[in-house]
Amino acid sequence: MNPQSGLSPMDFREENRLSTGRRLLYRFHIDLPLWIGIMLLAAMGMVVLYSAGNQSLELLNRQFVRLFIAFIVMIAVAQIHPNTLKRWAPWIFGIGLLMLIAVLIFGEVSKGAQRWLNLGLFRFQPSELMKIAVPVMAAWYLAEVPLPPRRGRLFIATIIVIVPTLLIAKQPDLGTSLLIASSGFFVLLLAGLGWKLILGVITLMAASAPLFWNYLLHDYQRQRILTFINPETDPLGSGYHIIQSTIAIGSGGIYGKGWLNGTQSHLDFLPERSTDFVFAVFSEEFGFLGILLLLALYIAVISRGIIIAVNAQDTFSRLVAGSLTLTFFVYVFVNIGMVSGILPVVGLPLPLISYGGTSMVTIMAAFGVLMSIQTHRKLVSA
Amino acid sequence: MAFNTNQRLKDHFHETQIFNRRVLVAGLIIFFLLVVLLSRLVFLQITNQQHYATLSENNRVSIRPIAPTRGLIFDRNGVLLAQNLPSFTLEIIPEHVHDLNKTLKDLSQLISISKEDLKHFHKNRRKKRRFEGIPLRFRLNEEEVARVSVQQNKLPGVIIKAQLSRHYPQGKLAAHAVGYVSRINERELRKLNASNYSATTHIGKVGVERTYEDILHGKVGFKRVETNAQGRVLHTLSRTLPVSGKNLYLNLDTKVQAIAEQGLKENNGALVAIDPRNGAVLAMVSMPVYDPNLFIHGISSKNYKELSTSPERPLFNRALRGQYPPGSTIKPFIGLAGLEIKNMQSRKKIDCPGWYMLKNDERRYRDWKKHGHKKTDLLKAITESCDVYFYDLAFKLGIDNISSFLAHFGLGQKTGIDLRGELSGINPSRKWKKRNRNMRWFHGETLIIGIGQGYMLTTPLQLAHATAAISMMGQRFKPRMLYAIQDERNSPLIATQTLPLKNIPVNDEKNWKTILSAMKNVVHGLHGTARGISYNLQYTMAGKTGTAQVFGIAQDAEYKKEEIAKKLQDHALFIGFAPYENPRIAVALIVENGGHGGSAAAPIVRKVMDQYLLNQAKEKLTPEKNTHGESAQ
Repeated sequence: MNPQSGLSPMDFREENRLSTGRRLLYRFHIDLPLWIGIMLLAAMGMVVLYSAGNQSLELLNRQFVRLFIAFIVMIAVAQIHPNTLKRWAPWIFGIGLLMLIAVLIFGEVSKGAQRWLNLGLFRFQPSELMKIAVPVMAAWYLAEVPLPPRRGRLFIATIIVIVPTLLIAKQPDLGTSLLIASSGFFVLLLAGLGWKLILGVITLMAASAPLFWNYLLHDYQRQRILTFINPETDPLGSGYHIIQSTIAIGSGGIYGKGWLNGTQSHLDFLPERSTDFVFAVFSEEFGFLGILLLLALYIAVISRGIIIAVNAQDTFSRLVAGSLTLTFFVYVFVNIGMVSGILPVVGLPLPLISYGGTSMVTIMAAFGVLMSIQTHRKLVSA
Repeated sequence: MAFNTNQRLKDHFHETQIFNRRVLVAGLIIFFLLVVLLSRLVFLQITNQQHYATLSENNRVSIRPIAPTRGLIFDRNGVLLAQNLPSFTLEIIPEHVHDLNKTLKDLSQLISISKEDLKHFHKNRRKKRRFEGIPLRFRLNEEEVARVSVQQNKLPGVIIKAQLSRHYPQGKLAAHAVGYVSRINERELRKLNASNYSATTHIGKVGVERTYEDILHGKVGFKRVETNAQGRVLHTLSRTLPVSGKNLYLNLDTKVQAIAEQGLKENNGALVAIDPRNGAVLAMVSMPVYDPNLFIHGISSKNYKELSTSPERPLFNRALRGQYPPGSTIKPFIGLAGLEIKNMQSRKKIDCPGWYMLKNDERRYRDWKKHGHKKTDLLKAITESCDVYFYDLAFKLGIDNISSFLAHFGLGQKTGIDLRGELSGINPSRKWKKRNRNMRWFHGETLIIGIGQGYMLTTPLQLAHATAAISMMGQRFKPRMLYAIQDERNSPLIATQTLPLKNIPVNDEKNWKTILSAMKNVVHGLHGTARGISYNLQYTMAGKTGTAQVFGIAQDAEYKKEEIAKKLQDHALFIGFAPYENPRIAVALIVENGGHGGSAAAPIVRKVMDQYLLNQAKEKLTPEKNTHGESAQ
């Protein structure tokens, strides 16, 4: 990026300086650096999944199809102009909220949680929609006024974030509600939420923790936290995941046991090894050096997201891009933290690597939003 | 409120500034959190890599024991007494079964499955994992194996497993001597070397199987296997083969044993035959006997009840543990004591009116012959088994002399044979009575010791051992079941050492001759009590008959009335050895409630000796398998 152009709108001259290939990508609203980062991560994911799935081509195939669908969704979302998104924001949010309520009433129960809405043709998880709808809505609401926002607006914005968070926590889906709460919080933070207020809220939350513990958490969630504090108390039960995944990571060492050679992974000691615990497989086989490479790729993607946010032309875009990028980091941090045993087990996948469809589509849709923000800039000023 | 804020002017520069500052803060937080993550990963992968690598290795590799093959047991001629046969067990692996109920139903049409089998199966099913085989039926015969095998493709998850299990091809023959193996019980488990027995399910319970458990068992092998989280073995990494148990060759001669067992027929009793030259136990019979094969797979409660509650006590090894009054078979030993201790003249005669009386005692001690033997010397007294002569001699000797002399022959002590559970009998003395009955000794009690009654009790093994000693003129050997050990099939036999015991000291060697010729007369003399067996005898035999009044082990309050008559009959005894000139076999036999020793016991001993001495004229001491022909015997 030309440093002189800075925050100024990209003009046709600038576009002319781009190579033909990149110009073509810009036509389709694809941001090349972000796209390369995503593809590299997805490719790494395929490599690890081949090992984690015991060299099942079928599993790889399905992941590839998902990736492809997610990619189409990303491109499609990227075509939507940020202003259009802004116009739709209240509607998307409203529909999402209604569906969340519908889930609580008619939702399908699977694995002890009520998360799915059966729409006849396909099943749909409204909480995934909210991952994007909540920051977009919050950004729309706050961008209307000069920032930093005043108390009243902040209060309403907080309600916008908290209502879906609680609805999702009720399903129960602690991981997703955590993500949605943080995506909303990031919008508030980037909009200039006062530091005093932030500290106050943190203190309030700490004080209300016992209440939370006793009334809001499900038994299994409480167990997860207890297990996190000391996994050895239940080595064959809920502590098993963490004990086995730390063994897998630790035994990988600096260089790893080599691709397809992870004994923890291949001998079934590692549970959920192609989904939430895929990072343990990766660490066992590729070691610390592999992790450094993986984290470097994540940092590259996040950096690009932040650059897009900083370069964005209006407050709404800036807040949305910033929030989505930071939320992506939360994904990475919470997943690796939980697998390596410094955070309690919350069911969050490792983005772009873990096997599984729904969250993959949402993440790619979020990247689509980022790309849209980046590639629609010239039109903003025009 | 909303329109108020809307009226505020948007300050783009200020907003951007706030935003950029916030992004910077977020970036710092991200950086900080990444440092936290990385330090955790450094801690796991670099600082503690060794620790976690070990945990991972322990996770993956487990050690599985491999049971050694138990050693075989042969008799002295290489006749197989105990072997290991493949035994077929039908197992079901639930993981591979589509419809368990249907499978069980189909199987029950092919082979018999009892309710008990099903009960055990379902009980086991809860304990085992889905990929583990659960036994349904044990000991399938060849036909059942064939029937299931033919249908196997229609019965997924049904497997027939062959493992080695102990089998006694001779069945009941010599069961008491050989013993049997059975499942290890908890008490044994605590004493065992847990590692060496980690794959072993059976252990020797009695007989030779028990005594030589250590040699027969062998050494456990191990394989290191890679397992997955469920414990399923994926493949073997390395293997240490087990060392099979060693084969045992017993001194037992199966043919002699069989003749003896047949000889006793329906009678209860016991016979022990010993080679006097080395203590080798040629036959050890205890009747009735049981089938040791019943015990291997866990005896059914019905069978066990039958065996353990039978008044005939088939599980009781009479040869080793049966304590009987020796009756007149003690007389040669008392006679020798007289010659040795009292310098008694063997030619000196006493008068036998048919009874004996002590001074100051009105009681008459009767001879078995109502009108007496008249003038009787030692030779006649032994040949015709005169009781009065031995009342008199016993009285003259006194109980303590008798007791200490008989102790030289091992009476009242365990012989030290290589079998567990031997009893020592009773060789009474004043001291013994004081200690055990807390009473003083009476003279009358000495008299009846002279004819092997009263407190005196001997086991058939002790009698055979004493007979061997007398035949060898005082040379004694510890009785041995074990002849040789063989490391593996076709390797040379390593004969065990004979174990000489202290010789019996005598003042005059001639005294032996006196007693031995008297014993020869018992068989070959015109008036010998066992003269009946001398007809057509192709070798010279010496012996002594005995008839013991019943107060022995057969005394049992539970006997039914109609059986009392039989159960109160005297025990018939016979001890003997042959050939007289150069003894190769010494035998002691007791036939419970058999009547007279001469008629009920002696003929059986003759058959045993005929078998051993005549039918095996070409008998070699070393089995043919002994390639380098060494023998310590």
